[in-house]
Amino acid sequence: MSSYLVRRLLEAILVMVVVAIVAFTLFRFVGDPVNQMVGQDIGIAERDRLRAELGLDDGLLVQCGRFIWNALHFDFGISYKFRAPVTDLIAARLPATLELSLAASIFAIAAGIPLGVHTGIHRDGALSRLIMAGSLIGVSLPTFLIGILLIYLFSVTLHWLPSYGRGEVVSLGFWQTGFLTGSGLRALILPAVTLGLFQLTLVMRLVRSEMLEVLRTDYIRFARARGLTDRAIHFRHALKNTLVPVVTIIGLQIGSIIAFSIITETVFQWPGMGLLFIQAVQNADIPIMAAYLLLTAVIFVTINLIVDLIYRAIDPRIRMSGRV
Amino acid sequence: MTDSVLSVRDLVIEFATRRGPLRAIDGISFDIAKGEVLGVVGESGAGKSLTGTAVIGLVEPPGRIASGEIRLAGRRIDNLPRDEMRKVRGKQIGMIFQDPLTSLDPLMKIGDQLIETIRTHAAMTWAQARDRAVFLLEEVGIPAAAERLMAHPHEFSGGMRQRVVIALALAAGPDVVVADEPTTALDVSVQAQIIALLRRLTRDHGMAVMLITHDMGVIAQIADRVAVMYAGRIVEIGPVREVIGRPHHPYTAGLMGSIPSLRSDHARLRQIPGSMPRLDAIPQGCAFNPRCDRVLDRCRVERPQLASFDRTAAACFDPILGHDAEVRA
Ligand SMILES: Nc1ncnc2c1ncn2[C@@H]1O[C@H](COP(=O)(O)OP(=O)(O)OP(=O)(O)O)[C@@H](O)[C@H]1O
Ligand SMILES: [Mg+2]
Repeated sequence: MSSYLVRRLLEAILVMVVVAIVAFTLFRFVGDPVNQMVGQDIGIAERDRLRAELGLDDGLLVQCGRFIWNALHFDFGISYKFRAPVTDLIAARLPATLELSLAASIFAIAAGIPLGVHTGIHRDGALSRLIMAGSLIGVSLPTFLIGILLIYLFSVTLHWLPSYGRGEVVSLGFWQTGFLTGSGLRALILPAVTLGLFQLTLVMRLVRSEMLEVLRTDYIRFARARGLTDRAIHFRHALKNTLVPVVTIIGLQIGSIIAFSIITETVFQWPGMGLLFIQAVQNADIPIMAAYLLLTAVIFVTINLIVDLIYRAIDPRIRMSGRV
Repeated sequence: MTDSVLSVRDLVIEFATRRGPLRAIDGISFDIAKGEVLGVVGESGAGKSLTGTAVIGLVEPPGRIASGEIRLAGRRIDNLPRDEMRKVRGKQIGMIFQDPLTSLDPLMKIGDQLIETIRTHAAMTWAQARDRAVFLLEEVGIPAAAERLMAHPHEFSGGMRQRVVIALALAAGPDVVVADEPTTALDVSVQAQIIALLRRLTRDHGMAVMLITHDMGVIAQIADRVAVMYAGRIVEIGPVREVIGRPHHPYTAGLMGSIPSLRSDHARLRQIPGSMPRLDAIPQGCAFNPRCDRVLDRCRVERPQLASFDRTAAACFDPILGHDAEVRA
């Protein structure tokens, strides 16, 4: 077990090093950092001084090492645009994105699994067909359109929910949470639904197809032949056996929820990292983009690791063989 | 038979298809008495598993029982409401499937699978059910039974897993057991052990067993009577010694001929030429007539019914009688 964990950790570190090198390349070679930082009217001498100060004259390996070293200390340099440490900018935005992503994930899982189980068990039922047809719409409508439609319906027409922003937040030290205020929670609903809808349909369709698969297996037939109740068969035996692939996909999807919250944050003017990233792209603010890249990679790698550990908790065969 | 636990009468099973219903089981009848083992043999696709599935009430759409009846200890069970039939399954009729490797839920400890099954059918506390689970595992010959409750299926060998499957099938003490090729997936050495186990359990519990198999050797060892199926019908049924030793139906004779171990004096293996017809192309008259070397004109138009010869019954217009068999051999 622990040797397995060590191996997985080493793999994770390797992935992070590769991503860091990519981020560094981006940081160093897309545009000239000095040009980005100073105005037109700064002279050559001044530029050279800045260049030396930033260490841009050192060898590439040295620069890359320094970049990684700094990143390990959460130092991603100074934003070109905001003239403030990137770390501070991200720290101010990260809670908003993580809270939105968490809410969207919970929504996707809490609705997706039961819907998938239902449509898997009652494959030809009228309700199942309706749900499946509805999910097709969920998959095919682009996120921004769903967001706009929801805003139109629930904010503009019905005035039930706010259409932008995070509502009131409470500060818990370094973490600004919207979970603790009424307006914060209300503000969360529309963006979370918008962000989670695609994943909901994905989880639902996956659970459904896995259920259909598992319900055909010999052990389910044998469970029926032993006279177990439908509830025991569906939930204790079938659902549990669908979980390994479902957990994988959910894990990957949580990663992409975080990474792709950009669009939702833009639609709802949600003050998170996605919005920060969009601004960074518009301003060619490379340090922010590089940090964002690294952060997203860390999140993906961490989630992957957790997914692996969950597998092993679910499936004794994986535990035995040490395979993934 | 009056003392029959299981009684199947004129069972017809059809599959709905776009081009109308296909008859997979076409009017079969048999009885199994308490403590009796009925072997069911026949080529692949003859309808053996489907018959077993019907007995335990698990025929699934597009298949359905179109007519006939199945009685368990006199009570009709083929038309029971869903939940009533569920209570019959496991409790009164058990089923053992072919592949022990896939018959057990891979994620659940076998103790939990046993306890769950026991408690579904009997009002027992968890501790009582656990004791019974240990007892069952001991009964099917699993060493260190109490510790093995905590093991997952993958921690058992194939033979041991089939023992667990048997323990599960017997967990609620059924009167009838349908065993669908219980040894086919196992090593030859293990097969004999499982057959011996089944024979012992049948004797100890006085169960009626429907044993589906391709293996005439297994039939010879454990069955009391044997039914030979062909294209959804029973073509011959009777005591094992009679059917194996003096088959009346040419198909039965052909089946026996293709079993080398039973006729070891035969140097070559006789195969029945041709193959069983598909369900949508079953010939008129006797379904076996295109492959039969004793075919009469009558066989091509009229369907033979089971008729008694000595202690067996065969559905044939020109059955092999005693001296014929010797001539042919
Ligand atoms: N879902 C289905 N749809 C159509 N026909 C089916 C279906 N299931 C089974 N059948 C048909 O029913 C017939 C009987 O099948 P069954 O599985 O009972 O054969 P079997 O005698 O057990 O064969 P084997 O020795 O290969 O196990 C076969 O002709 C098969 O094609
Ligand atoms: Mg079969």
